[in-house]
Amino acid sequence: MSFAVTATLLKMLVWLVVIINVTPVMLWIERRGGGLIQDRPGPNRVGPFGIFQAVADVLKFLFKEDVIPTEVDRPLYLLAPVLALVPPLTAFIVIPFGPAVDVAGHSVSLVVTSAETGVLLLLALSSLGVYALVMAGYSSNNKFSLLGSVRASAQMISYELALTLAIVAVLVPVGTFRLDAVVAAQQGTWLGFLPRWNVFPQIIGFLVFLVAAFAETNRLPFDLPEAESELVAGYHTEYSAMKFALFFMGEYMSMAVLSALAATLYFGGWYLPGIDYTGVWWVVGLKGLVVIVAKMALFLLFFVWVRWSFPRFRFDQLLRLGWKALLPLAVLNLILVAALTVGGWL
Amino acid sequence: MIELITFIFFAALALGSGIVVVAHKNPVYSVMSLVLTLFSTAVLFVLLGAPFLAALLVLVYAGAILVLFLFVLMLLNVAAPSTTEERAGVQRVVAVCAGLVFAGLLAVLAWQDPLTRMVRPLSEEYVAIKPLAHLLFSTYLLPFEIVGLLLLAAVVAATVLARKPAPKPREGEQ
Repeated sequence: MSFAVTATLLKMLVWLVVIINVTPVMLWIERRGGGLIQDRPGPNRVGPFGIFQAVADVLKFLFKEDVIPTEVDRPLYLLAPVLALVPPLTAFIVIPFGPAVDVAGHSVSLVVTSAETGVLLLLALSSLGVYALVMAGYSSNNKFSLLGSVRASAQMISYELALTLAIVAVLVPVGTFRLDAVVAAQQGTWLGFLPRWNVFPQIIGFLVFLVAAFAETNRLPFDLPEAESELVAGYHTEYSAMKFALFFMGEYMSMAVLSALAATLYFGGWYLPGIDYTGVWWVVGLKGLVVIVAKMALFLLFFVWVRWSFPRFRFDQLLRLGWKALLPLAVLNLILVAALTVGGWL
Repeated sequence: MIELITFIFFAALALGSGIVVVAHKNPVYSVMSLVLTLFSTAVLFVLLGAPFLAALLVLVYAGAILVLFLFVLMLLNVAAPSTTEERAGVQRVVAVCAGLVFAGLLAVLAWQDPLTRMVRPLSEEYVAIKPLAHLLFSTYLLPFEIVGLLLLAAVVAATVLARKPAPKPREGEQ
């Protein structure tokens, strides 16, 4: 195998290991965190602090009976859980986790693909995620599932616009779609102590991105496609055992993707002022990886915190918020950033 | 070599799923096959050295427009209707005409250029992001803006059509 192929495979492996572990860790944090917020212990029987609860849950998913209802549309029904997993798994290839390093005489940039299309590729992949929900809802032959997936398609299309416009505003001063350039543009500090993160000049864009991220991942307060008090379990009502677990994993992985994207676009990605990014290649890579995973973890914790703190929106409120508040705000932010860029302040 | 294999696989996939789009009875399967067609076409764009077009194709068509198709299908709850009778007549004539035009187009292309010269990557100024943007906002600014205006008109028209008519007294009718 050539050097380039090996390097690419290794970089993919790094991200794969990180995101495969997101789901079990988040499973534990979600349940214990929910317990903490609601003043109850949460699952605390399996291991110290219930830390092996995730293992128990995974075993339960694996060994439960896998029921396929007789009246489902089989090909689509079986394909949907797989499709829930693929887009967030592949979207990670454009997120950089370190600077370009020297490995045995070759310069390797620590991002799986630094293609010109960059973040567009991530958006294109994550926009395919809605098909899993729609297919699951349609093929289940269940009215609650169908209602859930109708909601999912309307919701995800509405919020994708605001999300994309917020991202475009980040790209305007950088002048490229490539995320490594976005990270490079955020290095250094303002006035000697404030990191040059995009979140400060583009606070409106960041807030729009954050709200839209909750809607895109179907998390509370926007979990209407699976609203359990109205739709049983929404689009995945008819799924059991590992197929249900795949939807579950897909949801957590999309959260991880958007967390990594938020960290990269607004919080400097793998870069933290004060850390020395020179030296042996694997030390540099490890430093970058730890920083970006730490930033991702903060966002994921925020997702959990919000979930246990807010009630669910009504569907008309959700759409009104998306179209009448977030979209104009995102456009306003874009105009503002464009003006600042033309004026030379960014 | 690997490019050729990829090309053959995805070209076949695009054609096959394209046939499923028109041939399948269930409209939901047709839309899903169309997604597959677009995805394979996007891969072909990447092979031609135009990743930007590929990303846009997936993002705009597969990611947004076809989701709306599905949305409408599910709202109307079109469960495998038998529309075979409607397909006869005018539609068949139009389809044959379109096929003839396409065949003619292919024939003209094949006549003018040897096949080997037809298959080549697009030049940089049509596929890379920055040159493409320069073209759109300089040479083709007016057509670009007109297309935007057209879309705006369509949006306004759709909104007007979708709005509930104001309740008016229905006296004196008949």
